[in-house]
Amino acid sequence: MAKSWEEINARIASGDAVVFTAEEFGALAAEEGVSAAAKRVDVVTTGTFGPMCSSGVFLNFGHSDPPIKMGEITLNDVPASGGLAAVDTYLGVTEPSRVRGIEYGGAHVIEDLLRGRAVRLRATGPGTDCYPRTEIDTWVTLEDLNQAYFFNPRNAYQNYAVAVNSTDTALYTYLGTLLPRLGNATYCSGGALSPLLNDPTYRTIGVGTRCFVAGAPGYVAWEGTQHNPHTDRDEHGVPVRPSGTLAVIADLKAASPEFFSAATFTRYGVSSFVGIGVPIPVLDDDIAATLALTDADLKATIYDYGVQHRSRPSLGTVTYAELRSGSIEVDGKTIPTGPISSLPVARRIAAELKRWVAEERFTLAPPLQALPQVGSQAFKPLEIRTGEAI
Amino acid sequence: MPRKRLDLTFPPRQSLKPVIYHLVKDYDLVPNILRAQIHPAQEGRMVLEVTGSKESYAAGVAFLESQGLTVREAASDIVLDEELCVNCGLCTAVCKPDALTLDPETQTLVFDKDKCVYCEACVIACPRRAITLSF
Repeated sequence: MAKSWEEINARIASGDAVVFTAEEFGALAAEEGVSAAAKRVDVVTTGTFGPMCSSGVFLNFGHSDPPIKMGEITLNDVPASGGLAAVDTYLGVTEPSRVRGIEYGGAHVIEDLLRGRAVRLRATGPGTDCYPRTEIDTWVTLEDLNQAYFFNPRNAYQNYAVAVNSTDTALYTYLGTLLPRLGNATYCSGGALSPLLNDPTYRTIGVGTRCFVAGAPGYVAWEGTQHNPHTDRDEHGVPVRPSGTLAVIADLKAASPEFFSAATFTRYGVSSFVGIGVPIPVLDDDIAATLALTDADLKATIYDYGVQHRSRPSLGTVTYAELRSGSIEVDGKTIPTGPISSLPVARRIAAELKRWVAEERFTLAPPLQALPQVGSQAFKPLEIRTGEAI
Repeated sequence: MPRKRLDLTFPPRQSLKPVIYHLVKDYDLVPNILRAQIHPAQEGRMVLEVTGSKESYAAGVAFLESQGLTVREAASDIVLDEELCVNCGLCTAVCKPDALTLDPETQTLVFDKDKCVYCEACVIACPRRAITLSF
């Protein structure tokens, strides 16, 4: 049994496509078998809502009179890049406020814009013949901006680490507070709903894939930064460590604060929860087999964050079903677990995307270019060296 | 009888004094230890609920301070702002008494205040700053 992209898109266009979320598809396949499920379902939707630090927005403010070439720019006291054209900027979510530190950052500015709140824009410039103004202090809303769009260099990590701490003191990390002496374990993935865990070899997800970004229709723009297909994989070909990533683009004006939430990790920094969902066509039994995998099949690797080096030792793997049960066993010790990626919001994203495909004729785009596959450029570390050594 | 919640900080080397015994014996207060982390030769901390008359309470606090303890009134309530909460579940990872848990089916946050010991671990763990103290 095989279906083409064209057949599936024709069914979406006529409103006849059968669309399931990845969780629903897993349950159907368990009941009726993978082939029967593949025959019946055209599209499976995914969703994830975890903190994704490599996110941000490009903004264009329009020109003041007289105009300014903005060099040093802040939005609600959060610095934004002055390294683009006169009134363009990029605001990254992790940038802390000059006044409030990590309690308010780039992510909070973006959430405020999404909530319709006015944001204070202050900038200075050198003053040139074409841009004579040297200072500006004004207020802007999302509506005022000419362009405002997400360009998130790394979202939707394909799997992530389970973090524990073997040291005698608590650690404050991007995976939350890790209690001493293996006091807890935190993990961060949509599991069975996670986009790239449902398409482990990037067969249907590539450059140009239409997707859900923070409530807006968007696109996969490129491979994400740190995209690394070469990690350990299980018997289904699914990575058991952090591996593939997506760079995505979408209109901020079409996004919703329901699917973008600023975050502060104590003694770590600012980040943002970003809602990402990708629809996956059920082309054949092969892809159906990975779409059918559940939290009981998908595994993650446990790492000791007490080891402050690039390569942390692995303490084994656990399934997402075990992680969601509330406790896991490490070294014979039962330790409580806590997630960081919101499953309730991931479910809402998969359901919303299902509605887009089934009711709003959100058709699918085959990749214009594949993401780097196994066998592509190896993932490289950063070596510390001197100018003389080059 | 009024009940108050106290947050006590023990200076190092003071930690072995049986202050609780004296609160009961000399000041007629009924203590209920909600949380304690006391190591000899290290600063210790205890969250204590005391029940007793107003006068006994004032005298008891004065006694604790005379012993070199720092006494501050602990939060009387922990408030979860459900509008801000995104149900990520990170707070459940630091909640030792299991006052904060996830519903096994919906994976949404459930806060059982009766189990809370006011340790405040969730307050700093919540990335949405959706959990706050009220005094």
